[in-house]
Amino acid sequence: MRVSSLFQAATVRSKLSPITRRRLRVFGHNRRAVVSLWLFGVLFALSLAAELISNDKPLVMQYQGDWYIPVAIDYPETTFGGFLPTTTDYHDPFVKSQIDAHGWAIWPPVPFDYQTLDRDVGGPVPSPPSARHWLGTDDQGRDVFARVVYGFRLSVAFALALTTGSLVIGVGVGALQGYYGGKIDLIGQRFIEIWSGLPVLFLLIILASLVEPNIWWLLGIMLLFTWLGLVDIVRAEFLRARNLDYVRAARAMGLPSRLIMWRHVLPNAMVATLTFIPFLFTGAITTLTALDFLGFGLPPGSPSLGELVAQGKNNLQAPWLGITAFVTLSVMLSLLVFIGEGLRDAFDPRINAPASTSVRVEKDAP
Amino acid sequence: MSDVPVFELHDFSIRFADYRAVETLDLKVHRGETVAIVGESGSGKSVSVLGAMGLLPPGAEVGGERRFEGRDLNSLSKRAWNALRGGRIGFVFQEPMTSLNPLHTVGRQLQETLRLHQGLRGREAKRRSRELLDRVRLPRVNDMLGARPDQLSGGQRQRVMIAIAIANAPALLIADEPTTALDVTVQREILGLLDTLRREEGMGLLLISHDLNLVKSHADRVVVMKSGSVIETARTSALFTAPRTAYSRELIAAVPDGHPPPVVDEAPILLEIDRLGVQFPRPKPLLRRRPLDFVALEPLSISLRQGETLGVVGESGSGKSTLAFALLRLVRAHGRITFDGERLDRLNGRAFRQRRRQFQIVFQDPFGSLSPRMSVADIVSEGLRFHQPGLSNAQIDAHVGEALAEVGLPAHCGDRYPHEFSGGQRQRIAIARAVILKPRLLVLDEPTSALDRTVQKQLVQLLRELQARHRISYLFISHDLAVVRAMSHRLIVLKDGAVVETGTSETVFDAPRSAYTRCLIEAAGI
Repeated sequence: MRVSSLFQAATVRSKLSPITRRRLRVFGHNRRAVVSLWLFGVLFALSLAAELISNDKPLVMQYQGDWYIPVAIDYPETTFGGFLPTTTDYHDPFVKSQIDAHGWAIWPPVPFDYQTLDRDVGGPVPSPPSARHWLGTDDQGRDVFARVVYGFRLSVAFALALTTGSLVIGVGVGALQGYYGGKIDLIGQRFIEIWSGLPVLFLLIILASLVEPNIWWLLGIMLLFTWLGLVDIVRAEFLRARNLDYVRAARAMGLPSRLIMWRHVLPNAMVATLTFIPFLFTGAITTLTALDFLGFGLPPGSPSLGELVAQGKNNLQAPWLGITAFVTLSVMLSLLVFIGEGLRDAFDPRINAPASTSVRVEKDAP
Repeated sequence: MSDVPVFELHDFSIRFADYRAVETLDLKVHRGETVAIVGESGSGKSVSVLGAMGLLPPGAEVGGERRFEGRDLNSLSKRAWNALRGGRIGFVFQEPMTSLNPLHTVGRQLQETLRLHQGLRGREAKRRSRELLDRVRLPRVNDMLGARPDQLSGGQRQRVMIAIAIANAPALLIADEPTTALDVTVQREILGLLDTLRREEGMGLLLISHDLNLVKSHADRVVVMKSGSVIETARTSALFTAPRTAYSRELIAAVPDGHPPPVVDEAPILLEIDRLGVQFPRPKPLLRRRPLDFVALEPLSISLRQGETLGVVGESGSGKSTLAFALLRLVRAHGRITFDGERLDRLNGRAFRQRRRQFQIVFQDPFGSLSPRMSVADIVSEGLRFHQPGLSNAQIDAHVGEALAEVGLPAHCGDRYPHEFSGGQRQRIAIARAVILKPRLLVLDEPTSALDRTVQKQLVQLLRELQARHRISYLFISHDLAVVRAMSHRLIVLKDGAVVETGTSETVFDAPRSAYTRCLIEAAGI
């Protein structure tokens, strides 16, 4: 249990409230959740550095005694003895020979970007996995591994942005409704009932035909609806908590409403909210994937997992496409579900906190 | 009295993992006898009975001998247990609301017991249920059978519980704090009822209570427990006339006594309330006229001088907490509130919030009134940080230490969290949170009701010291007359939202004018 002892060491030193400490301890003792969290964290951190892992430009190179960093700076082809003043295509045989002749270049492990069309596949596309393309290529000759790395990053970033946005709006609206109650609550609830009746998927599809949907459009439209799920739980917590004695005491002390909400009521609501987050997160990923699969999502060419699923479906003779998409999605979603499970248990007051000295505790406490 | 006791425990013990909850308990209950187990919270009185009846969760180790009507309980099968519990042994618990199923009618819950243990069905079961409700002196028996628990009052619910407990003519009735959740006048009736039933049915009655003085007139013998072991077992009369141990003496003497510090003659009037009332609109039924508002508090007028304590007495639902909330403007009210010559009801928003530090409140429940997420220092200093944002951290720490010292807590408590403290200590923290703002009026809403008698006494002492030192005025709300008498200079008695009687503490206690007040005083046994 090296991982959980790390958690404990961190919790003993810091000045956390006993409730937080207990939760961290429960979470730390759920081995599957901790491992999932680490795995997911490492995968996401790696995917953040996708440009250094798979790119169609060298990371660093020396040409005629000068240093170049193509991964960060665009150099025109003329720099390397070409004829066109456009961005250099480092896969071009002429450029390659020039670099080999006048210097050297360090390439990332996978020398393809998510949209690089490999013209030297040497066979029909989609081409099967090989030393050149670890997971094969898709039906346009693009490297599947590169697309998965970039696609993973995009999915997670999208889900992160959507979850954060929903959290801010949902908690805000729920807090106002629950704390003030009365007319504000009544009007808010009726509005939400009407609003949640709108068909999101159709709206997205209709919109896809009106505008060129980019990631910001998708984010914006989905944000209009995903916060609704949070309002109910936050509102219920606020309705309950505003009559707690310590909230009353804070009012009697003369604290203004915003401080009371922030300091005394919100922490109560955050319990329900935090356990909800993993589901928002997986929901956001699946929705994005589904839209891409249907072709109403991200613009063509974007590294998207949904598009990979669609390709797998259209190219059953190339099973590496479908299998890669399946494995990627299921690993990602399973990790998130495991983390979510650990979070839920950590916030469940009925689950006994393992004593800090005990080595291993059964997960199913009475 | 027969030779074989109905219920007997010998060298009985209960352990949870590495913690000993009960040790070497010896107990005998004979037919027609009432034995009381008395102890403060955490003394192991309830646990020992639950353990003896096999009602503890797995993980509790039960040791020693236990017999019921001569049968060894240790070797009983699960089936035999089920026949015994609810059959030969009846239970009455503290909280009548949660012991009854809210979704089933009273009749159905009674008939369930009759069916399970006696096989009674249909008309026969109904006849017997009516008879039982009659036995526990419930009015309008036919209506009662069809009523759901939420339609009954606390006392009526407890009577239903008793009816269920005696349905199968048990040889032993176990009553675990049967009256703690009830008003004083109702408490007395329920205890009287239990007494009568015991005599009529010839049952053994095992009464568990935290209040020694409550069982005084009802128990034949008393077992005093403290932290899991028996301190003293004696006949009731012997215990009260000549207690053998210091702890028993302490328990007997644990009625708050003494008087509040006298008010200075020229003390100015601090608070004046003129026709303050609270009413809530009732929902309007469809197609009918809106019913009259529900009056939670009839308009009343009060004045309070500096350093004076006004006791507010009443049973649950009498509007005493509503008065406190209306005064602090935590609920909407109408009427005039003049505090230190300033009309409070006219102020609003920021201006009023700034005045709030002058009048603070301490709540009943020491567990709910402190945020579990904040350290004690944060809790105590919160109001100060808001009202005096200019203070440095060192100054605030000094103020917090001072406030904690005032309520008799060491300064290092500040780094700890509420769950590490006992009920009495938490209540001290709540008082520290109030007094750090140097209030001139402190509203105490049942501050001692959730505490053990001995702790109550200490708290009353503390409050009086604070009053003498800082000349704080108190509005002291309680249903417990013994505490009110020890705290207040003047009293008002509330019933159903209206004032029944007012006067100085002595006159109200010595010569109560209204029948209701007399009834309350009598019930409190003082």
